[in-house]
Order: sequence, then C-alpha cells, then structure tokens
Amino acid sequence: MGTMVASPAAPPPRSAELTFGDKVRFVLRGIGQTLITLGLVVLLFVVYEVWITNIFAAREQAKVYNALKDEWKNGQDPLLPLPGDQTATIPIGEGIGVLYIPRLGRDYHFAIVQGSTVPDDSQLEKGPAHYGKTALPGQIGNFAVAGHRVGKGEPFLNLDKLRSGDAVIVETKSWWYVYRILGKPVGQNPENVRQQVAIDESTNQPISLPGREIVDPSDGNVLLPIPDHPGLVGAARLMTMTTCHPKFTASHRMIDYAELATKVRNTDLAMPDSIQALYSEVKA
Amino acid sequence: MYVWIWRHLPGPIGAKLGQVLLLVVGVSALLLFVVFPWIEPHLPISQVTVPGQK
Repeated sequence: MGTMVASPAAPPPRSAELTFGDKVRFVLRGIGQTLITLGLVVLLFVVYEVWITNIFAAREQAKVYNALKDEWKNGQDPLLPLPGDQTATIPIGEGIGVLYIPRLGRDYHFAIVQGSTVPDDSQLEKGPAHYGKTALPGQIGNFAVAGHRVGKGEPFLNLDKLRSGDAVIVETKSWWYVYRILGKPVGQNPENVRQQVAIDESTNQPISLPGREIVDPSDGNVLLPIPDHPGLVGAARLMTMTTCHPKFTASHRMIDYAELATKVRNTDLAMPDSIQALYSEVKA
Repeated sequence: MYVWIWRHLPGPIGAKLGQVLLLVVGVSALLLFVVFPWIEPHLPISQVTVPGQK
C-alpha cells in the first residue's frame, strides 16, 4: 500500500480581482501598521536618549576622571604653569577639575572636560565641558561650563534645583574652589534674587546679576567676564553653567551664575573637613 | 507587512516565535547603536551651549 502523501494544501484560491473593499482594507492596514511602527521607533528613541546614551557617557566620563586623578597623583597639575592669570593650554577632551554640588547629593561629581571655544558633542559626551576661551577655575573672569540636561550623563539634569547661595565646588590639583550661586538672601529661587558682582567705573553704578537666567540660545553674553555687560572687566571671579531649557528641548538655555567665595588648599587629594561641611548646609 | 513576514517565517509556531524575537532584538539593536547615534546630532535636541566669545 503506497504511502499517502498529503498533497500540500493548495493556497486558498486567490481571486485575481480584489474587491474594492479588499483594497481599502489593505491600504488602511498598511497605514495603521506604519504608524504603530513609527510610534514604537520614537519610543525606542526616548529609551536611547535617557538611558543608552548615559551608559556610553558614564564610560567616557570614568576615563577622563581616572586619567585626571592619575595625573594628580603623579604630581602633575594640568592648570600649571600659570604665569599670573594667564590661560593654560590643556588638551581638548582632557580633565581640568572635578565638580561637586552638595545640593545634588554626596555622589554627585563630574570631571570637567576641556572644551573648544564652544564645547562640541564629542566633549560634552564625556562630561560637563569648559568653554575653552573663558577663565579657568579660580581665575578672574568667568569660568564657563556647558553640560547636558537629559541623557549623555546628564550632569546638569537638576541644575534647576540649585538655590541662591548654594555651594558649587571645583577641585583642582592645587585648590578646592568654592563658588556660590549668586543672589541674596540665600536659599531663594536664584531667578528672583540678585547680587552685586562689579561696579561700572564710568557711571559708578553697582552691577548686579541674578543667580539664574533663562536666555535665548544665541545669547553668548552670558559668557562675558561680567555676564550681560559687554566691555566691562571687573575683578570678579565668576562661574557660569549653561544647559538646555526646558528639558528635552533646545528652545532656551538655562544659565546659573556663581561667584568664588573661598578656596582651600588641596593637600592630599582628599576632601578637607571644611569642604565636607558644605554638605551639611543642604541637608534641611 | 507583519502578516507577510509571519507567513514567510519557516517552521512550526515555536520556531516562528523565536525568529520574531531575534528580528525584534536585531532591529532594536540596529536602531539603538547605529541609526540613532547617527541621526541624533542632526536633531534640534540636547543643545546646551551658547555661542562662544572670540
């Protein structure tokens, strides 16, 4: 008895002519599936932005941080030699100091990366990046740093949490610099309070700045030695931090200003007690 | 499109499910590690700088 070979099921007879309804259904289904697919791709992009980029950025940041700390341990100070207040040349992409912000937690620390005149993506991916032509930590002028708000390590995600008077600490090989967010009285929303940083010598008028400004993306005046006052050169030692605002958009920039309040010798590359004490300021 | 792919995957339903999983993982990885890093710099997001001084 021969084995019965099941004949392969013949495909259902395709009627050569699709009805009008079939065609409409086919097109609608195609559109629907395309839209769902696009939606999933966009969702996946959000996952990429807020999660995947952080993984890569953390790896890059650790490289810069470790290289900087090794350099310090070997006795090299990348910010030396500095005749007077001259700008040292630090290779772009390498660390210049470590940023601590007590308000953002004990774990918060980022190696600040030397950037070009305007830090680009490759530098910002490693960490907060120094506007290369602005002052260095502790110098007279404006030490300006840009950082990502969402993704790419997101160093400045919570920059909006800072209050006037909050400490912003920059550790270098030789010094711990303590900047404080502008604005008196302390503890306020820095957008609403100001602080004198210079005197306009031509008019003898005091010049004051708020602790925070939301500005247009094209407003480069926030990087001036005396921000927003072209042509003025004071003796102030300022720090400016820039990031995007609101989160996820590029419509504005959030700018936080701080002024050097004090500096402490960095003797053994461990956080001195006087710097530790700054963390108890923000416990409340 | 999805119906077409499903029909053209060989094997029983278990094998088909496995292949679907592989396809999803593959396409996701391609997007996450190749396509997105490539298009991201061209998108108007995550711009955090202001023009520098001369």
